[in-house]
Amino acid sequence: MKRLLNTLFVTTQGAYLSKDGETVAVSVDGERRLRVPVHTLDGVVCFGNVLASPFLLGMCAERDVAVSFLSENGRFLARVAGPVSGNVLLRREQFRRADNGGACLEIARAMLAGKLCNCRTVLRRSARDHPETAQAVEAAADGLGGLLRRLETTDDLEAMRGVEGDAAHRYFGAFDHMILADKEAFRFEGRNRRPPLDRMNCLLSFLYTLLAHDVRSALESVGLDCQVGFLHRDRPGRPGLALDLMEEFRPIIADRLALSLVNKRQVKASGFTVSESGAVTMDDETRKAVLVAYQERKREEIVHPFLKERVALGMLFFAQALLLARHLRGDLDGYPPFLWR
Amino acid sequence: MMVLVSYDVAVSETGGQARLRKVARTCENYGQRVQFSVFECLVDPAEWAVLKAKLVDAINPEQDSLRFYYLGANWERRVEHVGAKPAINPEGPLVI
Repeated sequence: MKRLLNTLFVTTQGAYLSKDGETVAVSVDGERRLRVPVHTLDGVVCFGNVLASPFLLGMCAERDVAVSFLSENGRFLARVAGPVSGNVLLRREQFRRADNGGACLEIARAMLAGKLCNCRTVLRRSARDHPETAQAVEAAADGLGGLLRRLETTDDLEAMRGVEGDAAHRYFGAFDHMILADKEAFRFEGRNRRPPLDRMNCLLSFLYTLLAHDVRSALESVGLDCQVGFLHRDRPGRPGLALDLMEEFRPIIADRLALSLVNKRQVKASGFTVSESGAVTMDDETRKAVLVAYQERKREEIVHPFLKERVALGMLFFAQALLLARHLRGDLDGYPPFLWR
Repeated sequence: MMVLVSYDVAVSETGGQARLRKVARTCENYGQRVQFSVFECLVDPAEWAVLKAKLVDAINPEQDSLRFYYLGANWERRVEHVGAKPAINPEGPLVI
């Protein structure tokens, strides 16, 4: 099994990344701040005005190190893609399945089932730990159970997206009950984005961007095309498959991290600024705290329920991408989504 | 796994400077310089085999020496730093 490698986050404005031998060198104002051997990295995420030399980008592309550029607030801007690598036969099979309604449906069903189960587990855990709000949260969890049964009998992609919408509605409807600290500032009334209009949405959107970066690089490292999805339709520039595979990880990695950051008061209401238009953004310190928490979260270990192997949470993206590739190759009858217990 | 590499290259001999530079360069590509001629390298077994071969090739065994300390996967509790220039943890969060 692959080792969990580190991700370098560069948030200092005006930083310059360059290649020095086989290392990534970071300088700020002409002063060398850090030097990391490239073999210990699997991703570089740059925020705002960060420059990178073409030779560095070339080395990263060659070594399968995913480089993404985000705006200062974490909105995705661009990523660097090297020469197309991976197995063309696998990719062709992926395209064939994506064009075949029936095959598409089965994979999408498995992924959505994973998402719904994991959402339900998040709700159930919260209900168990916090009896005071358990009733509303349990009701949403039961609702998701009903939708899971409906998902089993749905045999049309559009209807499936409808079930997903219902599930999201129920799940995010109960989300506010799981926020226990600083209720005034972190009130959650529903998902909104571009721009996020409250602090919780700001936190969620940011974590989803980080998750998308990791999932995309996992897909590419097993040789799949991250743009051709089964549940998400093709659209220029949209990483459809990465968004598909992300679904099962959203609740367990991003949502739960956002909740625990707020509930343990690791992020404070004062760390967010509300602009005149209503858009909410994080300040630098909060963003760094979130990045550190996310990195540490990825190092936690669990036993993978399907592979029966101890893996770090950050390796799950890779493990699931590998299982998906195995399914496409015909070694597995179905795609086994990651079910969190 | 973490390997601590330290070296001693006889720079007064002919070609000593070149060998020293070569050893240092190789170490820099694989790890972090924690003191003069002491490097901490986080490598997997395959990378270690490559790194070791490169280092062994670079020195002159008559005059120079290399020492490797294998700290394993649970190296974090085996390393303690006191004083100036603290090293970064290559497995910890890297936020600049």
